[in-house]
Amino acid sequence: MNKFSRWFSKNLIRIYAVVGFTYLFIPIVYTFVFSFNNYVKSNLVWRGFTFNNWKNPCGVLDICPALGNSIKIGLIATTGATILGTLIAFALGRYAFKGRGIVNTLIFLPMATPELVLGASLLTMFLNFGFNPGFWTIVIAHIMFCISFVVVTVKARIASLDPRLEQAAMDLYANEGETFRRITLPLVAPGIAGAALLAFSLSFDDFIITNFNSGTTITFPLYVYTHAERGLPAQANVIGVSMFMLALIIVLAGQFVGRKRKTTA
Amino acid sequence: MSDASTSAKGDLQLKNITKTYGDFNAVDDLTLTIPEGSFFALLGPSGCGKTTTLRMIAGLDEPTTGSIYIGSTDITYEKPYRRPVNTVFQNYALFPHLTIFENVAFGLRRRGIKDVKEQVDKVLQLVELPHLAERKPTQLSGGQQQRIAVARAIVNRPALLLLDEPLGALDLKLRRQMQIELKWIQTEVGLTFVHVTHDQEEAMTMADTIAVMNEGRIEQMGTPADLYDNPKTAFVANFLGQSNLIQGTVVDTEGENLVVDLFGQKVRVQKNRSVAKDSSVLFGIRPEKIRIQADSHTQSGCVLEGGTISDVSYIGVSTQYQVEMPWGQELMVFEQNDDGIPPLDKGDRVKLSWEPIFSFALNGHEDATAGSEVNPEEE
Amino acid sequence: MAAITSKRGPSLNPLDSLKNKVGLPYLLLLPGMFWLLLFFLAPILTLVSTSTKVPGAGIGEFIQVHRWANYWDALSAMHTQFIRSFIYATLATLLALAIAYPLAYAIAFKSGKWKNVLLVLVVAPFFCSFILRTLAWRQILAQDGFLFKILQFFHLVNSSTQLTASTLAVITGLSYNFLPFMTLPLYASLERIDPRTMEAAGDLYANGFTTFRKVTVPLSMPGVVAGTLLTWIPAAGDFVNAQILGNPNTTMIGNVINAQYLQTTNYPLAATLSFILMLAILAIVLVYIRRAGTEELV
Repeated sequence: MNKFSRWFSKNLIRIYAVVGFTYLFIPIVYTFVFSFNNYVKSNLVWRGFTFNNWKNPCGVLDICPALGNSIKIGLIATTGATILGTLIAFALGRYAFKGRGIVNTLIFLPMATPELVLGASLLTMFLNFGFNPGFWTIVIAHIMFCISFVVVTVKARIASLDPRLEQAAMDLYANEGETFRRITLPLVAPGIAGAALLAFSLSFDDFIITNFNSGTTITFPLYVYTHAERGLPAQANVIGVSMFMLALIIVLAGQFVGRKRKTTA
Repeated sequence: MSDASTSAKGDLQLKNITKTYGDFNAVDDLTLTIPEGSFFALLGPSGCGKTTTLRMIAGLDEPTTGSIYIGSTDITYEKPYRRPVNTVFQNYALFPHLTIFENVAFGLRRRGIKDVKEQVDKVLQLVELPHLAERKPTQLSGGQQQRIAVARAIVNRPALLLLDEPLGALDLKLRRQMQIELKWIQTEVGLTFVHVTHDQEEAMTMADTIAVMNEGRIEQMGTPADLYDNPKTAFVANFLGQSNLIQGTVVDTEGENLVVDLFGQKVRVQKNRSVAKDSSVLFGIRPEKIRIQADSHTQSGCVLEGGTISDVSYIGVSTQYQVEMPWGQELMVFEQNDDGIPPLDKGDRVKLSWEPIFSFALNGHEDATAGSEVNPEEE
Repeated sequence: MAAITSKRGPSLNPLDSLKNKVGLPYLLLLPGMFWLLLFFLAPILTLVSTSTKVPGAGIGEFIQVHRWANYWDALSAMHTQFIRSFIYATLATLLALAIAYPLAYAIAFKSGKWKNVLLVLVVAPFFCSFILRTLAWRQILAQDGFLFKILQFFHLVNSSTQLTASTLAVITGLSYNFLPFMTLPLYASLERIDPRTMEAAGDLYANGFTTFRKVTVPLSMPGVVAGTLLTWIPAAGDFVNAQILGNPNTTMIGNVINAQYLQTTNYPLAATLSFILMLAILAIVLVYIRRAGTEELV
């Protein structure tokens, strides 16, 4: 075996990982590059470099209101789903009660149902009851499909909690309420935060369910989809890439702060 | 809190405690008094009911029947946070999100005590770790976490401190050191310690009184020396150290001694060291009490003849022999290496002898192997 | 003692000393379950009820006649799209597994202090809109796109090759879009494996590949099951990838349902197809879970 082939077989998995990441990021890089395109009407052909799109991300009609709607819906749906899902997770993770199987099934089913069916069935019901779809029907739908993901995430965190910590708190004169507030909740909090982040990303990026239940309300994914055929402005790329970078910065900053706290405290 | 229960003082009394899971009795009609100020050990193998007993004292489990008293206060159904009892948990259960200071201060703060800082500093001095106050538990070594767990409990000055396998996670050297330290802390603070362990050496090193538990019941209770020298059951004889138990029959009485027939050879045992109810006995002798010599020697005391050495292990301070007796049983003999005589060899024919005062006799209907097969392992 | 305390006695749990408040778990469940009953289960039942209706006299008017034959009609008309959807979803899932497994493995065992950063990088593309990324793929694979030109340079494609509007593009798009759903559960289960078990396999004469096959893969099965489900389910019901990256011959059942709802407004047919899709997916998922031997899913 020569030197290269030994290096290659030793680092095969790393090489493979680099290829995997490249695959993941090709569309992001493309979107990023074309956010600087001096486009005319549709952003398909490279027409030269410009900062104009970045200087003026709201320069196209409707795009920023759509983004605003997505963020608003994302925040409301995340709050709702996180609260409802966390309560269910505590019930499942902390209590023995009758009807557990039914609850588990009702949590599992929305995850095993394609978004298309979720969205379509909800629309059918709204129409049957003469309910006009719009902003709030989107919120309702998003809370519905995010709950299960919150439950699963938070429940896993609760399950990994050492019951002896809570017993120790009660042994040290903390009553049920104090034990929950000072021990259980702080220790489950990272799981709840992770669930909220997941819920927001699912809601923010959702197209299929939203498409059914939006009425005349436009969210950012809907904007991109409806403008794709008529010519998507490069501002959409600017917003997409910005959200990507924002998420990256927020999570990495969180990681950094978390690590710092761990080592210096 | 100024409840009568949190300020209760006195002996701990368990009265006819039974704890049932399904049709399994984890603790079976247990009655026990632990005097105030003592260092008490509940010793037994995995599954003997000792941890369940501890949890019921702590208030983490409720007994199915029976009651628990501290002094004259009934605490059987009292919430864990309303008992003057604190626990050093197995693996410590230090709160990972709180600093060491806040961990130790936790109980004081819940009780609304004023001079928290002063008391925490004092107890951290006692366990010699005041410099770690601002660290998080994960930044501490196992031994340090152990001491903080003790500090967090004793800072509350409970009437009763429970220790659940407190040294199980430490390596042997550190465990030895902590045994001495815990004993010292107990003398220093003067609290009642109830210590649950499967490690007989740990129990014997630290406790004034040991209760040996098996299958939800107390087999025998007493000082370490008393339990070792006068075991009353085969389980205790085998679980505390090692014993040779030989099936025999009482054939005669000779003054203060019983004459026991062991497969045709006669030995003697003091009457008051026999708990046998009829003529069938398990004759017991500890391996280190036996002298082993080549067959040609004449010997005093009780003698068993016709042994053949089937295995020899030299372990420094002593040599351990396995001796096969004419009736097929293997007996253990520990011989101190202090006489300059070279060890005997495998296959040698030997005689075993001992002073009659060392032997004891148990009920002959007992299982001679009870307690010897148990592996004292981590729970 | 473990045998005793591990029995799920109620008192293992400190909050259970609230025994007198038996209703508490139900109180915790109430709002969330109410939401799911009202906005998940009730709509599904509405869907079932709509599926047996037939068109009425007026446009957009449907009458309930409990015509269960609608199901047979829908199946015989659209079975090609159903089968195609499941095949595409399966191929996309396998492709995603092939890409995600080494990725997750590298992050779990070979990334050292970069672990968290790499993990974030796997999820981050999520935030750059799903539609935007799919559109980007269409442009990248287009004949005037840069990837096409690179491949052309290496003579891997010629000017008559069509990368977009193809089966391959749809499957690639599906696997790309759901890749994080595959990678994260895989990572979670790989990360839980004690590396010493793999060392032990090596010590017991297993070579690298045998260790991987006999130790790593079986231990990571929970992640494989979760990842494949989280990829396969949305892929089977997707229509966006087929719409953007496909051609009329790559139409999936999602496209049909979407069109029946929003363009043709044939609600009974759309509802029938939706319910068949849901049942088919559930049946396949349950069989898969049973065969994979995973009990607890949620």
